[in-house]
Amino acid sequence: MDRYEAVIGLEVHVELKTKTKLFCGCSTEFGQAPNTQVCPVCLGLPGSTGVLNKKAVELAARAGLALNCQINTDTWFDRKNYYYPDLPKGFQITQVFQPIAVQGYLDIKAEDRDKRVNINRVHIEEDPGKLVHASGSIMTSRASFVDYNRSGVPLVEIVSEPELRSGAEAKAYLEKLKAILEYTGVSDVKMEEGSLRCDANISVRPSGSAILGAKAEIKNMNSFRAVQRAIEYEVERQIEVLEEGDSVTQETRTWDESQGITMAMRSKEDVDYRCFIEQEIAPVELTADWVENMRATIPELPDARRRRLVDEHGLPDYDAGVITSSLSLAEFFEATLEKYEDAKKISNWIMGELLRLLNARGMELGESKVTPGGLASLLQLIDKGTISNKMGKKVFAVMFQEGREPQQIVKEKGLSQISDVDRLAEIIAEVIGKNPKPVADFQSGKEQAIGFLVGQVMKATKGQANPGAVNSMLRERLAK
Amino acid sequence: MQISGKDVGQLAFLSRLDLTADDLTICTKSLNEILGYLTVLEELDTGAVKPALHVRPIKNVLREDALQPGLEREQVLANGPEVEDGAFVVPRIV
Ligand SMILES: [Zn+2]
Repeated sequence: MDRYEAVIGLEVHVELKTKTKLFCGCSTEFGQAPNTQVCPVCLGLPGSTGVLNKKAVELAARAGLALNCQINTDTWFDRKNYYYPDLPKGFQITQVFQPIAVQGYLDIKAEDRDKRVNINRVHIEEDPGKLVHASGSIMTSRASFVDYNRSGVPLVEIVSEPELRSGAEAKAYLEKLKAILEYTGVSDVKMEEGSLRCDANISVRPSGSAILGAKAEIKNMNSFRAVQRAIEYEVERQIEVLEEGDSVTQETRTWDESQGITMAMRSKEDVDYRCFIEQEIAPVELTADWVENMRATIPELPDARRRRLVDEHGLPDYDAGVITSSLSLAEFFEATLEKYEDAKKISNWIMGELLRLLNARGMELGESKVTPGGLASLLQLIDKGTISNKMGKKVFAVMFQEGREPQQIVKEKGLSQISDVDRLAEIIAEVIGKNPKPVADFQSGKEQAIGFLVGQVMKATKGQANPGAVNSMLRERLAK
Repeated sequence: MQISGKDVGQLAFLSRLDLTADDLTICTKSLNEILGYLTVLEELDTGAVKPALHVRPIKNVLREDALQPGLEREQVLANGPEVEDGAFVVPRIV
């Protein structure tokens, strides 16, 4: 048994999929020129007052319900006061005392073990603006640039209980959380666009101890893989500190992806947020009916869909897990299944070729041009013997890139197998006529000579013949 | 309730006010006087009054998720003491 146990809790910030900000009608669109999506409210100009976005409340409740939380029907907003340039008002409007959703859970599978991870709370808050540091790092920059386009974008913060024990569990938790939020339409959950961000609180303690050690908060992890690596590094680091007889310092640390280490950040003033109830925004009172209506909008979630793919279509559980880990993949699979009946074959192509190409190019499914109907037609062409499996992969790569129908690609590139027996027989007769020596060798018992003859036929057909068929036709002819 | 000069010093720091020692003494004295006025409230029996969540008796003030025009960038940046490439420039943070 390990001498130490890691105690890990995750705080995940997720941008809600609204058109406008939490308290004003400014656009939430990503990637626009700095300070072009702002107004007096999200700039915190004196005298401005915001009004709460209804859609944000609905999406936050939906997130809470999908995560098996209880909804607080009496909920409100609070002020968290601190000075930082990304926060134009000098305070953030968030939910401190009565978050919209509490006490949920989600089920994960990591390192071959099933585990239920409890969720402490889901609360709504506004995103601060975005800071860009002149020299790339806050530590060395003479100045920073502030863009308030993100200021006031609606977020939910989802706080897990400190029940995760390893980097792998944390990664599995994030993957499941991402899938649930994608399925429910709560968020785009794109880490690369910052619509999902994760901080990790990490401490270690002697195994079996019930006392929590001093924790470090790790920031700046830009992928799920980075979260796993940062946790693994930090747990090792803290164990080494304890082994040397020192104690862990409670602090904020930043993950350095290129070096693969966490580093202490210079800490700000001792923060006392002086939280109090926000008086500019009216409290929210939800009815039980409203909550039930919201519950009814929750679609089939990843775990249920996974079970259904196993039960109804006979997919192996592993395949079903991969396919349901993303809504777009699951929808692609089921749409293909409407036009082609072999579920396992579809799943092989999705998990093989499709994911391979997506991963190799760092693309999302929506960015590729291949369609479910296209994949179904391709599989039918292979079944009919028009093209080989190997050629199918080449055709698929073209479909992925250009999105055309497989029949068309096969025709244009002359990829179809010559299965026309008469045409093939002509070519075989020609090859036999031109190669009397290998023919004689084969007929006198030199079995390997057939390989040469098959090769010659394949060459003559530019690889479009089916080698198996060529082999048997050659044997038939030479046996005469 | 009384607050100390140290409390007021902390308050001044949080409010980014640069107070001299004399200012601090004056502020501490006047803040304590103001707090003194409020002790009147403590004489009221509020045992039967439900704690107020909000100063106004309102709830569920919500808007639809519809776009509203914001400000032109020139207007936005007009208040910035230093501006570069469409962004506000702030001095070194840490
Ligand atoms: Zn705004």
